[in-house]
Amino acid sequence: MIEAKNISKSFGKLKALDSVSISCNSGECIALIGPNGSGKTTFIKSVLGLVVPDSGEILFNKKNITNDWKYRSQIGYMPQIGRYPDNMTIGQLIKMMKDIRKMDADNSDEELIHNFQLEKIFDKRMRTLSGGTRQKVSAALAFLFNPVVLILDEPTAGLDPVASEILKEKIIKEKQKGKLILITSHVLSELDDLISQLIYMQDGKLIVHKSIEELRTLTKEQKLSKAIAKLMIQSAGNE
Amino acid sequence: MNKVIKYVIIDILRNKIVVAYTIFLFIISFSVFSLEDNTAKGLLSLLNLILFIVPLVSIIFSTIYIYNSSEFIELLLSQPLKRKQIWLSLFSGLSVSMAFAYLIGTGIPLLIFEPSELGIIMVIIGCLLSIIFVAIAMLAAVSTRDKAKGIGVAILLWLYFALIFDGLVLFLLFQFEDYPLEKVMMLISAFNPIDLSRILILMQLDVSALMGYTGAVFKDFFGTGIGFIVALLTLLLWVYIPLLLSLRKFKRKDL
Repeated sequence: MIEAKNISKSFGKLKALDSVSISCNSGECIALIGPNGSGKTTFIKSVLGLVVPDSGEILFNKKNITNDWKYRSQIGYMPQIGRYPDNMTIGQLIKMMKDIRKMDADNSDEELIHNFQLEKIFDKRMRTLSGGTRQKVSAALAFLFNPVVLILDEPTAGLDPVASEILKEKIIKEKQKGKLILITSHVLSELDDLISQLIYMQDGKLIVHKSIEELRTLTKEQKLSKAIAKLMIQSAGNE
Repeated sequence: MNKVIKYVIIDILRNKIVVAYTIFLFIISFSVFSLEDNTAKGLLSLLNLILFIVPLVSIIFSTIYIYNSSEFIELLLSQPLKRKQIWLSLFSGLSVSMAFAYLIGTGIPLLIFEPSELGIIMVIIGCLLSIIFVAIAMLAAVSTRDKAKGIGVAILLWLYFALIFDGLVLFLLFQFEDYPLEKVMMLISAFNPIDLSRILILMQLDVSALMGYTGAVFKDFFGTGIGFIVALLTLLLWVYIPLLLSLRKFKRKDL
């Protein structure tokens, strides 16, 4: 579904992505992990076309995304730090997004809006929201359009346990519908029951891309967090 | 396309600065005309005020607005929208708001006190000037990532067009006073939209008779229909070129 071929990106001297090749298929739930500054967000932003790679190409449904914009209608994106126009209320924001996406009430997925009880605070302005509520809005927006691909950048950071559980349930539900889900996260224990594949990045390079079963047999650890910790130590030792 | 423009304009209107700017222009225009018993004198004072205030407010407000809507731009960019469409919508939204503020704030008093061809020309040029500085502001904002730096660049650009450019021209004039510079001056004036607007309006006033030989040469050109159209086209180029450059930069920008 999404295929990245040798993409590289530098910000000045810093190499954020160093000829990364990744291919992701629908039906998978892929965790993108790595230390801070390892290029996860840059990769995600390249897929969305927010960052233009210096070299390499990204294919979405076998079509190059450079200068294309229509493919984004199939992606729901939840940014790491949701930044929205300060003066808008939640209700206006959601209405605007529906308007831009040309969505009707019938084919939009408002489950998260209900479950997070966002209707109660529809007239609150975005600038008055706490970080957690902002995350809820971001999540609700990402799922709103029933996209085929969901890209979630640190989805549960800042959410309270209840909201985080609601979101996780929703992610599992969407995964079962055969959607491709890309998640970056630092909280490894949260990913345990969600993901089917794992991508580990470091210093802009792709280190590991394996399914969870492979990973478990490789590291002989049942718990994901331990397996990944082992992996990190291994890759640090190799250098 | 129209949808994004709609949201940009709603957002700008919610921002009370534009409303304050409109009221400010309105009060200034009315008081200038009420202070002077002679409309021509009032027009001249108003002209000088407008040529300072309109570009200043346009460029600074637009620059700050672009920086402050970086969230909005980011949000839109992750949606199925073209970058070009987003950028042009921002430009249109800003231009419409700034031109509309001028139209209400200065246009109405102008047309009440000077309901002539001159009044209409002044309204058109004020609107054009607003739009030109929106375009320049967008170029300044897209060129620098840092907000403080971007606003600094915008202020410097305004200073350059409003003051420094004239200083440089005067300096040139004194250095080469032995040479006939009238034709060259006409060309030079095309490099500054504020000067060009000033000349265009002055040429419609009787005071142009007091400006000596240069004034006569200017009047010969800008006073005619062709000269007027060429000058207007030059002003339109001042919208088009900065906008095009900023669009090219925006298309390649990482967010």
